[in-house]
Amino acid sequence: MTELVLRIALTVAAALVATGLYGALSQQSIVMIMMGLELVVNGLILGAGAFWWAGGQPVAASVLIVVLLTVMAVEMALGFAVALALYRARQVDLTDDAGELAG
Amino acid sequence: MIALVAALGAVAVITGLLVFTVDSMARATFLLLASFVAVAVVLIGFGLGYLGTVVILMMTIEMMIMVVFMVMLMMNPAGLMPMTMVHNRRGSWAIALVAFGLLTAGVWLVPFPVRASAASRGVTSGPAVGPDPTVALGDALMGGQMLTMMTLGLALLATIVGAVAVAVSRR
Repeated sequence: MTELVLRIALTVAAALVATGLYGALSQQSIVMIMMGLELVVNGLILGAGAFWWAGGQPVAASVLIVVLLTVMAVEMALGFAVALALYRARQVDLTDDAGELAG
Repeated sequence: MIALVAALGAVAVITGLLVFTVDSMARATFLLLASFVAVAVVLIGFGLGYLGTVVILMMTIEMMIMVVFMVMLMMNPAGLMPMTMVHNRRGSWAIALVAFGLLTAGVWLVPFPVRASAASRGVTSGPAVGPDPTVALGDALMGGQMLTMMTLGLALLATIVGAVAVAVSRR
């Protein structure tokens, strides 16, 4: 029973990671790319929570969730900083318009 | 517990998929928030009440900030003109589906160790009742996991400095 719940939760987490991956790869808008990355981290949070529940409540799993929350805050802050700097420099909000470094 | 995880998991995945299909970016933001809240409620159901609440509070504020940025910068925040802003949709789907297939195969094929304590006590669902998880987390962060806490603090400080340095006007 516990194992089945763990597998279902991890499957949902995998679906969230894959959805976020699709968004981060396919979207052109910088903010939408950040949403994709957030969805990936959302899946990781669910996975860590499921392992915490099913694995005898190891405190490391809840510490991992704290780390993931911090990762999300850092990603958000720096993503917005980059979006703002890019927009300030040349009124661009799509990644395809900011391809100077593309090979 | 199975019903809770399956139902809220379905909600989280469906709202997550809708994020990238609706026209309105503001709507996409609130769908993302719904996905996060569904996962947070699962966390609360698992017994991680503190972390689940933190996720809900943090994501609500974060999505509000995201809406502000969208209205400020994006060309089509309300989705009034239907438009798709995607590139390489087919390749992205392929990569995402392969990733999902690999992860799911791992999830269902790996034999997870069954906890002996729960099995021997005849507990069929739910973990052993241990110390309060919030107290345990606080103890760990201020004790054995202090290095993690310090690293996170330093990373956040560096983020503050870096974000201001990147975003500030140079003129």
